[in-house]
Amino acid sequence: MTIDRMATSGAAMSGTQAGNNKPHLPIYLDYQATTPTDPRVVEKMLPYFTEKFGNPHSRNHHHGWEAEEAIETARAQVASIIGADPREVIFTSGATESNNIAIKGVLRFHKDRRNHLITVVTEHKCVLESARHMEMEGCEVTYLPVEQNGLVDLDRLRAAITDKTALVSIMAVNNEIGVIQPLKEIGALCREKGVYFHTDAAQAVGKIALDVNAMNIDLMSISGHKLYGPKGVGALYVRRKPRVRLEALIHGGGQERGLRAGTLPTPLCVGLGEACAIAEREMPAEAERLRYLRDRMLKGITKALPEVYVNGDLENRIPGNLNISFAYVEGEGLMMGIKNLSVSSGSACTSASLEPSYVLRALGVEEELAHTSIRFGLGRFTTEQDVDYAIEHVVAAVRRLRELSPLWEMAQAGIDIKSIQWAEH
Amino acid sequence: MAYSKELLEHYDNPRNVGTLDKEDKAVGTGLVGAPACGDVMKLQIKVGVDGRIEDAKFKTFGCGSAIASSSLATEWIKGKSIDDAEQIKNTEIAQHLSLPPVKIHCSVLAEDAIKAAIRDYREKNGRTAGSAQTADAAE
Repeated sequence: MTIDRMATSGAAMSGTQAGNNKPHLPIYLDYQATTPTDPRVVEKMLPYFTEKFGNPHSRNHHHGWEAEEAIETARAQVASIIGADPREVIFTSGATESNNIAIKGVLRFHKDRRNHLITVVTEHKCVLESARHMEMEGCEVTYLPVEQNGLVDLDRLRAAITDKTALVSIMAVNNEIGVIQPLKEIGALCREKGVYFHTDAAQAVGKIALDVNAMNIDLMSISGHKLYGPKGVGALYVRRKPRVRLEALIHGGGQERGLRAGTLPTPLCVGLGEACAIAEREMPAEAERLRYLRDRMLKGITKALPEVYVNGDLENRIPGNLNISFAYVEGEGLMMGIKNLSVSSGSACTSASLEPSYVLRALGVEEELAHTSIRFGLGRFTTEQDVDYAIEHVVAAVRRLRELSPLWEMAQAGIDIKSIQWAEH
Repeated sequence: MAYSKELLEHYDNPRNVGTLDKEDKAVGTGLVGAPACGDVMKLQIKVGVDGRIEDAKFKTFGCGSAIASSSLATEWIKGKSIDDAEQIKNTEIAQHLSLPPVKIHCSVLAEDAIKAAIRDYREKNGRTAGSAQTADAAE
């Protein structure tokens, strides 16, 4: 069975329809939320649902061996993209589970002697919630602030490490603003101090070059659906030398070195492996292409609109992310005006909570500007036509909504919005 | 989240966008909400000698529901006496636009904006200005 990549991606994902340059609407620009599974990945997965359905843990017959072989190929593919040994990779249900295992597992194993965790305020909720949970189990947690560009300060990290510190957990790439933390420097510091370094690399794998040895990373969380693999699968890298000791969260038949029991989902593991292999092969060219599109988008928007601010460091950033505040225009109001673009907003109105993005607030972005932020996520199937369409419609919508905005009117009249006594509600 | 046809229509074609001269004695201005909370409404009324609202304008910083709520509010109060305009309830706005529960506060803000504009008009023109009733008779 083969799938014509162009035909499939043309209809379902790629912005451009065959035969003309009109983008296919609506345009998906939310690649940090999730990515479509690459048709080449789906193709590799399909046989493992039907004819090659064996239990990879069945050690005594052909069907089992066949599935096991596929699993081990996938494990090697995952290991390869991060410079690890395949024996150091365990499969999980996704990065949320991997982060839970890493944080809870390491702290529970070591907490009699070392019960201190250091993490960062801009981490993904599953890291922060795991940390909170470990506080309830009696651990101490330090939540490091970030600088205005979204990066951690290494001196601050150094000062926070004590002889009680078991683990430092700092994400590789932030999901909202795409900034890349100084992994190599953090890893060197952790190794020097003798503490484990875990990184949530869900947004980093396949986007930037990673090497667990060069970066002294001891544990790394990986997500399938952020790198054009399937949803429902991820991996955790656990260093063997020097060995990282941790407690399992899920107990059962002793699979995955006893760290994660349960029959492995062969098709999903195969999909994650193939996704890693494709990403590893295509990363340099793809990064360059995305950087071009991202810069084109930023230029197109800033050339047409004043008072537009990029959130987070633009240099230390994955090429597919752009997070912009459009001053005086509320984020969700803007999203309604660009219905043909699937994007995210840091505005409170898009979520159940009443607070705007905690990540933007941690950068020191003022609440009123945090409410005006939009995250554009560009990826493998984004075309230049998509980007040009997006620029045109975002610019038009922002102009229209600014004409509707009393704050824009005041700013044009030279009134300082901060000088007004607002009734907070 | 699916929005109602009425809401989208007001968002796409907002009525009465603009600004009246707030120094004009016949104009009342209401400015409610806060930028830090993600919504600000400015609603203005121009009251005729007969006590009727002859013109209304708005500008809103906020989500689609906030824009639609304030647009609808200006549409409803135009031509009404200020006493009648004051009776408009947020629940009527929410119902007309089929606002989802998380957006009810947008209709509350629109009601507040109407009341704030009327209050400003009365402060400029005396408490009973434009009203058929006296200040004592009014509740």
